[in-house]
Amino acid sequence: MNGAAPDYLAQGRKVRKTIAEMVIAAGRGHVGSAFSLVEMLLVLYREFLRVDPGNPRWEDRDRLILSKGHGCLALYPILCELGFFPKEELLKYCKPDGILGGHPEHRKIPGVEASTGALGHGLAIGIGMALAARMDAKDYRVFVILGDGECDEGSIWEGALSASKHGLDNLTVLVDFNKQQSYGDVAEVLPLEPFADKWRAFGFEVREADMDRPETLSAALRAPRRPRAPLCVLCHTIKGKGVSFIERNLHWHHKGKLTPQEIENIFNELEI
Amino acid sequence: MRKRCLEIVHRLARKNKAVVFIGSDLGVGVTDEMKKALPGQWLMEGVSEQNVIGMAAGLAMSGKIVYVNTIATFITRRCFEQNIVDLGLTEAKVRLLGSGGGLVYAPLGPTHLATEDIAIMRAIPNMTIVAPADAEEMERAMLASESWPGPIYVRIAKGGEPVVSSPEHPFAIGKAIVHRAPGNLLFVTTGIMLNRALEAAKLLEPEGISCGIVHCHTVKPFDAAAVLEQAARARAVLTLEEHTLAGGLGSAVAEALAEASLVAPPRFRRVGIPDDFPDEYGSQNSLMERYGLNAPQIAAAAKRLLGEPLPAGARAPHDP
Repeated sequence: MNGAAPDYLAQGRKVRKTIAEMVIAAGRGHVGSAFSLVEMLLVLYREFLRVDPGNPRWEDRDRLILSKGHGCLALYPILCELGFFPKEELLKYCKPDGILGGHPEHRKIPGVEASTGALGHGLAIGIGMALAARMDAKDYRVFVILGDGECDEGSIWEGALSASKHGLDNLTVLVDFNKQQSYGDVAEVLPLEPFADKWRAFGFEVREADMDRPETLSAALRAPRRPRAPLCVLCHTIKGKGVSFIERNLHWHHKGKLTPQEIENIFNELEI
Repeated sequence: MRKRCLEIVHRLARKNKAVVFIGSDLGVGVTDEMKKALPGQWLMEGVSEQNVIGMAAGLAMSGKIVYVNTIATFITRRCFEQNIVDLGLTEAKVRLLGSGGGLVYAPLGPTHLATEDIAIMRAIPNMTIVAPADAEEMERAMLASESWPGPIYVRIAKGGEPVVSSPEHPFAIGKAIVHRAPGNLLFVTTGIMLNRALEAAKLLEPEGISCGIVHCHTVKPFDAAAVLEQAARARAVLTLEEHTLAGGLGSAVAEALAEASLVAPPRFRRVGIPDDFPDEYGSQNSLMERYGLNAPQIAAAAKRLLGEPLPAGARAPHDP
C-alpha cells in the first residue's frame, strides 16, 4: 500500500452492490452474514494477504480460510476483483454452470483455501497449514475467519487448545462478532461471554477491532505480536451492515427472492 | 498388526520428509522411536478427533502425507463430518489408521466396537478402505499407501493373527487377490476373515466341497470385476466379514451380483454381524463365535447354503 488510506466505505458499498446483484440473479443467499464481514475481508486482502491471483497455488502465499463459509457472498466479489476468476462467474452464482456455490469450494474456486460451510472446520485446517509452514520453514501466514455463532461448535475449542499448544504465531483467528446467529441473538441462543476472556484462557493473544472503523483492524493486525502465541481479533460487526432495513434483521440471515421494492431500496441506499 | 503398521509409518517418514504422523492420545510409549528420531514429523494431539482430522487435512493441503492413528471407532465416527468434508471432498492425502477394527475391543463393550466402520466410510466419495489380513499384508498395504492419491481408511486388526497372506500374490490397492480358484464354493473375505476362510476350507474339502477364496483387502474401490469373475464360476458364494451386514463387504458383493444379471447366479449368503449391539463382553473370539464367524460355523453355513432347497420358481445354479 502507498499513499492515502483505502476508502473502505466506498469499496464496501461496491462489494455490497455486487452481492445484491448476485442474490437477485440466484434468488437466494446469506445476505446478512455476508454484509457483516465485507470490511474484514477488504482490510485483509487490500493490506495484508500476500496472494498471487495468477498463481493461486503459489506455495508461499498467505492462506485465508473463510470458516464461516455461508459468508462467501462477501468473498467472491473481492476474489474476482483481484483477478482470481472472471467476472462472468459472479452472476452464475449457484447456477449449474458456475463455480461459485452457496458455500465456497476449495477445488472449484481459485483463491479459496478450504471447502467450508459445515461450521467448525476451518480453524483445524488452518492449524494444519500453519504447522506445515513451520515444518517447511516458510514464512507464510494463515488467517481464519470464524462466525460468532460458529463458536458454538466444540471443534473450535479443540482447535483453540491445539493452536495454543503449538504456539502458532503465524496463525490469526478473526471472529466476525456481530452478536447474532440464525435464530436470534448469540446472548440468547448460546451465550459466548466472556468471549475475549475465553480466547485468552485458551492461550491466545486477544485484540478487538471496530469494523465501523476498519483502520482499527489494520492497527490490530500491524501491532507487534506476542511471540509463540496465536492471535485472535474479535471484530465487532453488524449483521447485514450497510443497508438500514437489513442491519440486525434476522430475516436477512438467508434470503430467498427479493421483491422489486426491496431491490430498489437496497440500490437506493448503496448509491448514496 | 498395529506395531507393524506404525513401524512402516516411521520407515516412510525417514525417507520422505513430507510424511507426518499424528496420534490422538495413544498408549504410553507407542511410537516413541519415531518421536525421538523425527520429532518434526511427529505429533500427539490429544483426544480431539475433529481437530486432528482437520489439522491432518490442512497439512495434506500443504503437501504433506499424513498418517493418523487412534481407535477405529473414534477415527471414523467422532469426526465423521471432517472425514467427509475435509478429507473426501478435498481428496486429502490422509491415512486413517483405525486400531481395533471389528470386535477386537469386545471386553470394553459396544462403545469401542468398530463394526460399522467399513459401511460408513464406504459412503464417503473418494475414500479408500483397506483391511489387511495379517501383519505382512499390512506392511504391503502401508508401503502402497505412500503414493495413493486420496484419503485411505486402514482397518487394523487385533494383532498376532496367523500370517496367511503371501508375497506371491502381488499387492495393489483396489485389486482383490484370488487365493484359490473357486470350486463348488467361493468365499469372499476382507480383513482377518481370510484366515477363517482358509480354516473353513480345510474343514470342507475332506467332505468333497472345494472352496475358492477371493480376498478383498480393499473394500473400496471395490474390485467387482475380480469378484464377479470368480463368483460366476461357483455354485455358492459366501461373504465373510467381521462387520455389520448393513453396508460392508457383503453388501458390496450383493450389489455387484445383483447388477451383473448372471445367467445362472450362484447361491449367495452374507456372513457377518447382525443389525444389533452385542449384549455380552468376553473376547473378540467369543463374540466371533456368537455371531457365527468362526471356521466350523462358516463351514456349516456353507453346507447349508449348498444344500438348501431352491425356493419355488428359482433357477438352479450351474455346476462348475
